[in-house]
Amino acid sequence: MTDVLNSTHVPGLVQASYIIAGVLFIFALAGLSKHETAKQGNIAGMVGMGLALVGTLVLAARQATLPDPSDQWRPLGVTLTLIVVAMLVGASIGAWKARTVQMTGMPELIAMLHSFVGLAAVLVGYNSFLEPGDGVYGAMENIHSVEVFIGVFIGAITFTGSIVANLKLSAKMKSSPLVLPARHLINLAILVVSFLLLIWFMLADSNTALIPLVLMTVLALFLGFHLVAAIGGGDMPVVVSMLNSYSGWAAAAAGFMLSNDLLIITGALVGSSGAILSYIMCQAMNRSFVSVIAGGFGSDGAVTGETRDYGEHREIQADAVAELLSEASSVVITPGYGMAVAQAQYPVAEMTKKLRAKGVDVRFGIHPVAGRLPGHMNVLLAEAKVPYDIVLEMDEINGDLPKTDVVLVIGANDTVNPAALDEPGSPIAGMPVLEVWNAKEVIVFKRSMATGYAGVQNPLFFKENSRMLFGDAKDRVDDIVRALG
Amino acid sequence: MRIGIPRESRPGETLVAATAKTAHQLEQLGYEVVVEAGAGTAADQPDSVFAAAGIRLADAAEVWASDIVVKVNAPTSEEIRRLRAGATVVSLMAPGRSPKLIEELQAQRVTGLAMDAVPRISRAQAMDVLSSMANVAGYRAVIEGANEFGRLFTGQVTAAGKVPPARVFVVGAGVAGLAAIGTAGALGAVVRAFDVRPEVAEQVESMGAEFVTVEMEQEVSSDGYAKEMTAEQEAATAAMYAEEARKADIVITTALIPGRPAPQLITAETVAAMAPGSVIVDMAAANGGNVALTRADERIVTDNLVTILGYTDLAGRLAAQTSQLFGTNVLNLFKLLTPAKDGELVLDLDDVVQRGITVARDGETMWPPPPVQVSAAPAQTAPVVMEPPPPPKPADPRRKVYAAGLAAVLFALVAAYSPPEFLSHFTVFALAVFVGYYVISNVAHALHTPLMSETNAISGIILVGGLLQVGNTNNWVSALAVLAVLVASINIFGGFLVTLRMLTMFRKD
Repeated sequence: MTDVLNSTHVPGLVQASYIIAGVLFIFALAGLSKHETAKQGNIAGMVGMGLALVGTLVLAARQATLPDPSDQWRPLGVTLTLIVVAMLVGASIGAWKARTVQMTGMPELIAMLHSFVGLAAVLVGYNSFLEPGDGVYGAMENIHSVEVFIGVFIGAITFTGSIVANLKLSAKMKSSPLVLPARHLINLAILVVSFLLLIWFMLADSNTALIPLVLMTVLALFLGFHLVAAIGGGDMPVVVSMLNSYSGWAAAAAGFMLSNDLLIITGALVGSSGAILSYIMCQAMNRSFVSVIAGGFGSDGAVTGETRDYGEHREIQADAVAELLSEASSVVITPGYGMAVAQAQYPVAEMTKKLRAKGVDVRFGIHPVAGRLPGHMNVLLAEAKVPYDIVLEMDEINGDLPKTDVVLVIGANDTVNPAALDEPGSPIAGMPVLEVWNAKEVIVFKRSMATGYAGVQNPLFFKENSRMLFGDAKDRVDDIVRALG
Repeated sequence: MRIGIPRESRPGETLVAATAKTAHQLEQLGYEVVVEAGAGTAADQPDSVFAAAGIRLADAAEVWASDIVVKVNAPTSEEIRRLRAGATVVSLMAPGRSPKLIEELQAQRVTGLAMDAVPRISRAQAMDVLSSMANVAGYRAVIEGANEFGRLFTGQVTAAGKVPPARVFVVGAGVAGLAAIGTAGALGAVVRAFDVRPEVAEQVESMGAEFVTVEMEQEVSSDGYAKEMTAEQEAATAAMYAEEARKADIVITTALIPGRPAPQLITAETVAAMAPGSVIVDMAAANGGNVALTRADERIVTDNLVTILGYTDLAGRLAAQTSQLFGTNVLNLFKLLTPAKDGELVLDLDDVVQRGITVARDGETMWPPPPVQVSAAPAQTAPVVMEPPPPPKPADPRRKVYAAGLAAVLFALVAAYSPPEFLSHFTVFALAVFVGYYVISNVAHALHTPLMSETNAISGIILVGGLLQVGNTNNWVSALAVLAVLVASINIFGGFLVTLRMLTMFRKD
């Protein structure tokens, strides 16, 4: 056993496993871009991760068994025991979370998982500082210091930022933005001070260098908290995706400090893919990408409700909706966060099935930022077994809406707000929206006449062809399903 | 407050500003409605119908003494003098062309609301009487044309021979034009239509007509009609009108330019070249007409037996329908003006629609209103500490070159002083960034969430760093590494499993 581990071929083999793992991760991301290949992609990711772990375990074991003159490594048995215990505990927590999470709770879970990556990056960074490892001397020493510093910085931001995102999404923290005076100045000051701390860190000897590192960590933890706390809950999809990107960069920085190419490749992959995903979402919301990275871009909370009077809304009852639906030839359903909150996806799926059996053409129109996570609605509808080929994107469905008989707006508000198009003063002006009001009839499922997340009144409710169906979305859809017989 | 519905004073007017139904609905808004006896007779709304709906009938004096008077045509000078100071009058007013009317309203201290000045925004559609009336008029134009036309509209093959379908040419594809296209098509005619705005071609085609394009002698410029018509284009357009009119059995012209006389599109020569029995319905007759020979409110038959109808009361010829639509538009306006539904008219001049229609108020002239966009700005507290959006930078191509050059120099400096080991890592890093970028760029929207949880799971690779540090004899390092391994494991297993769970749910029929 020991002979095998000590063989000179081991480092090469481990490196090979890393290369294959890197390629598999690329396959995983590429596969996840299309429905047809998504499952293969996930499997590729798992296999890649397995390979990388086995390779690393071999390497860790090799460290422990090689002749150790400086007494730097623990015995093999102790090392492996520690690893196995830690991984078992982590794996069971992870598996338990993954199995029990409600699909509507997905955003919170993902935000929480991001925070773990951030925490791990901070810990690995500190370790790398405490034990720089071999080959770190001369110019490499300075570079290594910078790497450690940056790695810990990004990791800390990711850690607290993700925790705040998790708390906001699970409604344990107020989702309205925290607006401190001069908050952009605060952020800037933290960056500047961190940079000064970096210089101190590089100049200090190994005994005192811990002080600037700890100070910076505290600052970065606060920065992560502050960046996300300043963002309103409505913009969380972009935040979660951005944190995803940050966690990638943190891993890449760890790769630099450990001279580990696999970490660099993977971190860079995740970092850049997360950034491009956020960019796609920013475009969908008509937001500036730069101000998202800088944080604090979700200024919506500062807007008070519209005081304008749009006239009055009209109500309708569930059985009348059922009648309308069975007489229609084409129906489009535009769900929003309200459907997720009410867990209405199952009755919606059942209603869809019934209508399709009657020969009604039912389709779903999904706004890019519906829900609290990109693709949130798609996941819920998929959970309820709605075939994905009738679930269309905003751009695909908008052109068809004028020919549609009935549109059901289930728990969506800002994403169907005509004010975005025809009220230049509106806080959501310029955001592309689902133009549901072009359809013959629009039924809006809503709890009350309260405003949506952006705090903006929705003139859709007062249009001639709009009817309001008040109440819990799930109960109302259930009523319709019953009335459809 | 009391709303008075007077009898229209314009000779031959058939419309009435409220039907029994809309008057009843106005009363439900809390108003008292009085209708002048005989006001609705010509629109199939005899006094008995109003009475049956519980609407009080009154004489002219009482109606004109109401707080609010709603009528179809603009009030005449005498009528304005019958209004009491502080009253409100609602009607069509053509405020842009009627400075005298506005002066008189002002002098009488009457609030004037012009139904035809409703801004063309979607929210105000329900009050847009011009659209309502143009729609009816377009329908009626075809009916009038068909009435004069000596043949069938539908093409038929009968035992007595083949009947060709009527060819209808519609000029101008606004509301009236589109309504005419629809009606003519429904009667079985072959419809062609033209509009100077090429973007309405789609609407024309959606109504089942063919959109006529102008064939240019010259090469067509890349932006087509966007700029002013050149002399050649004008000539080509004129030739197209002549050609299409000659081929058509029925020509319906609806071309209007806001605030100007109607453009003359069909010349006397073209009319002379049309086949005997052809019919032209000039819906722009009130503004001078699109046809050279049109005379407003008259039916002319030319020497070559072409009938030209210059009726200006096309909507009024469907009095019952138009009155009902007009009344509903009025009702919608009052819904807007009566927020509390208590029969009290509240004019909110901060609202673009209400501001737009107000031509006079309290002895002041309110015309013209500010442009719609400006007044739509939110009237609320300034947003708190919002970074001003970065102004769109002028695209200076040199800037990019400079930036790239600067980056290259900086990178070269860093590279020159870096050990090769760092650079080899950096190579890997840079390439991976771009791979990530291109791999993700075309992700299907529905897969955003699974993708994110997948990348999240993969970023758990940070575990590798922890694994290599666990065995360190420094207890601190070891402990931190164990913790790192633990949390990263949660991430890896949680992320992959949750992705798997999501993906198994996606299915296709």
